[in-house]
Amino acid sequence: MTEPKRIGMEVSIAISEAVRQCDADVISAYPITPQTHVVEHLADLAAQGLLDCEIIPVESEHSALSACIGSSAVGARTFTATASQGLALMVEIMYIASALRMPIVMAVANRALSAPINIWCDHSDAMLARDTGWIQYFVENGQEAYDMTLCSFRIAEDNRVMLPITLNFDGFTLSHVVESLVPLTDEQVREFLPPFTPVYRLDPKNPVSMGPVGIPEIYTEAKKAHDEAILASRAVIDEVWADFGKRFGRHYQAVEHYRTEGAQTLLVGMGGLTESMRGAVDLLRDKGKRVGLIRLRLFRPFPHEDLRKALGDAGTVIVFDRCLSTGGPGGPVASEIRSALYNLPKRPAIVSFIGALGGRDVRTSQFAELIERSEATAASGSIPDYEMVGVRE
Amino acid sequence: MKRLPTWKEFPLGCVVTTPGSAVLFETGDWRSYFPRTDEDKCIACGVCWLFCPDNSRRKVPRKVKRPGAMYADYFDFNFKYCKGCGICAAECPSCAITMIEESAK
Amino acid sequence: MSTNFNIFAARLLSQDELFTQGHRACQGCSPALAMRLIGKALGFNMIVANATGCMEIICSPYPFMAWTVPWIHVAFENTAAVASGIEAGIKTLRRKKRHYIDTGEKIAIVGIGGDGGTMDIGIQALSGALERGHDFIYVCYDNEAYMNTGIQRSSGTPFGASTSTSPAGSRSIGQTTPKKDFAEICAAHNIPYVATANVAYPFDLIEKMRKAKEAKGPAVIHLFAPCPTGWGCTASSSIKLARLATETGLFPLYEVVNGKYALSLDIEKLRPVEEYAAIRNVRDYLYDETAGCKDAQGRYRHLSPDLVARIQEQAHARYERLKAKVRMTQEW
Repeated sequence: MTEPKRIGMEVSIAISEAVRQCDADVISAYPITPQTHVVEHLADLAAQGLLDCEIIPVESEHSALSACIGSSAVGARTFTATASQGLALMVEIMYIASALRMPIVMAVANRALSAPINIWCDHSDAMLARDTGWIQYFVENGQEAYDMTLCSFRIAEDNRVMLPITLNFDGFTLSHVVESLVPLTDEQVREFLPPFTPVYRLDPKNPVSMGPVGIPEIYTEAKKAHDEAILASRAVIDEVWADFGKRFGRHYQAVEHYRTEGAQTLLVGMGGLTESMRGAVDLLRDKGKRVGLIRLRLFRPFPHEDLRKALGDAGTVIVFDRCLSTGGPGGPVASEIRSALYNLPKRPAIVSFIGALGGRDVRTSQFAELIERSEATAASGSIPDYEMVGVRE
Repeated sequence: MKRLPTWKEFPLGCVVTTPGSAVLFETGDWRSYFPRTDEDKCIACGVCWLFCPDNSRRKVPRKVKRPGAMYADYFDFNFKYCKGCGICAAECPSCAITMIEESAK
Repeated sequence: MSTNFNIFAARLLSQDELFTQGHRACQGCSPALAMRLIGKALGFNMIVANATGCMEIICSPYPFMAWTVPWIHVAFENTAAVASGIEAGIKTLRRKKRHYIDTGEKIAIVGIGGDGGTMDIGIQALSGALERGHDFIYVCYDNEAYMNTGIQRSSGTPFGASTSTSPAGSRSIGQTTPKKDFAEICAAHNIPYVATANVAYPFDLIEKMRKAKEAKGPAVIHLFAPCPTGWGCTASSSIKLARLATETGLFPLYEVVNGKYALSLDIEKLRPVEEYAAIRNVRDYLYDETAGCKDAQGRYRHLSPDLVARIQEQAHARYERLKAKVRMTQEW
């Protein structure tokens, strides 16, 4: 087996290539910037006979996910992709897809929600889908986007999980950017990913009914079962990532630590912008400051324990959210982290920043400045609930 | 359901693995009228059976035998499920069915 | 008393019951009867995708289930999309030789939705599925309002009918717009088979379901099925009223096979619409003692003779237009 080469590939194309290697059966998607390249490439692969699948060019994202449920229900490996407004339109069905336990894999090219209409990156679309019961993670670079796509099918379709997965990646700053990555060979993927054998299938030979009426007497138990399922999926996620690491040498965890040894101040972020955050940590470490970065890769199921361990001993935790919860208590991730750490006997000061909305860039130097400013804020004892950064006053 | 299930007892995604289990629910106690079939007038055409929304007409052997295989039985109602809508009485081509009040039984 | 004499072969129909007793539909529910007849027409080799609505609710309170075939309910407006996914999934799995490979016979994929879930909120998904040419059947059971949620008007509600959101009153005649011509919308997608059917003509319905299954591509059946609860009529009159709807020309039975129109039942002399609404006898309900049923629809009780005349005119005009389409397309 020859060693795979390092190549340059646009991240959207990398995701599509991963889907091809996974031999997806049905792709049902609707175009929306900046996800378009993912589906276009898949359509191209199908047209050239390189991927044997049905491409359903549906008439809306709502129908895209509905068709995905239909195809997953008969046992087909199903993939879709969307962003922003498309995700918003799909949300009704997202709740249903996860409660019906359909292992659909969806790539989301994170993009801001209207109004005003904005096609550039932020996490507001992903945050809209927080409570839908899907497994969700955020990737940082092209290699990770590719690797996570391969892992997603294996995690989702595992009979102990049977839950759909959202793979969040930056719109434009990842989707339309050529990154260097090392792809796996088709054979390596085939060995890593078993075929899809669903627990239940719509088959006249063995009829079942999916989606009954959940009367009050049973609805609570049904939701409990769903919740337990997503919590239990964490063990499978770790297992699959560990296996991936063992086979291919790239190790992924729910929560990533960067230069956190002895750090008094920790910056927390998700997605592609964490590369800039890393640069800021390096800048400050060079100056002798004890700062580190915690990157949240797995967002749902929320890694409470990992975060408590990672952040519990810090003095100041700065959470950078790429989404505004308008009129809410703070950035979404900041609110969740505050909640996770609240019951600790000794807990850090938590500072919430919201920025990089609608594709606005936040530079390494700006992150460094935010970290330094936050240490002073935390020391003063009067921390605002949240602060929007980069606003022209 | 004799005892309500615990959360662990639910199949994946609340899938119902027993199709046709609706028959466990007997809707017969809904009715206020029941259909009385006059065996003599019934020509066993099956129209009442065809038009019953609740599949509550069934073939029953005649008490008084009639010549011919088609006439060996006639159609009567299934008291466990019949909701007493009266469609059978309205559609019967030989007017063999009358709706009688349950309390008049 | 039935006047339709070609239904005496009823007892020779399939004895299989794919939609069992014990469902929670109202007494006299003709859509429930329609489900039973669809089962008889298609047999066990079918998969049902059901929209939220009366027929979905009554058959599926967990853990009871009236269908004995594979069945899935997702949401209200996306049945045609779910059916598209099922069709694409089965097609791919067959081609890749993973599942569904040993059934030589075609599996009928049937999307079932009410008039609200199809003509209003579901029209986008249906239009998309028809345009993409998926090989499936869509049955719209039309009881002319959103019955499950409390008799609210839909685009299938006919002119002059009173519903809870288009009620008749001193300032309103009820529904002010005509019934959406759903079969025409489907025919405009140039699909292989479109047909209107009526629960009061069960053999015609069964035959049309079979043709729909055989069609290579999408097929749509617009199925008329009265709702006694919503129409304010007695439970026993649902079949009679369905029959009258066709006999008065208000719901003609026809097919569009690859663009060619054909009447299933060409009625020389249409009955007057008063018989359908029975408003002539609004204070003196027709009471047939032998059959023990009443005819009258509460939803039309408020109609003035002017409005009845207008409905009559519209019915005749539409019927003539339909006959003209039949003549025109048969000559192609």
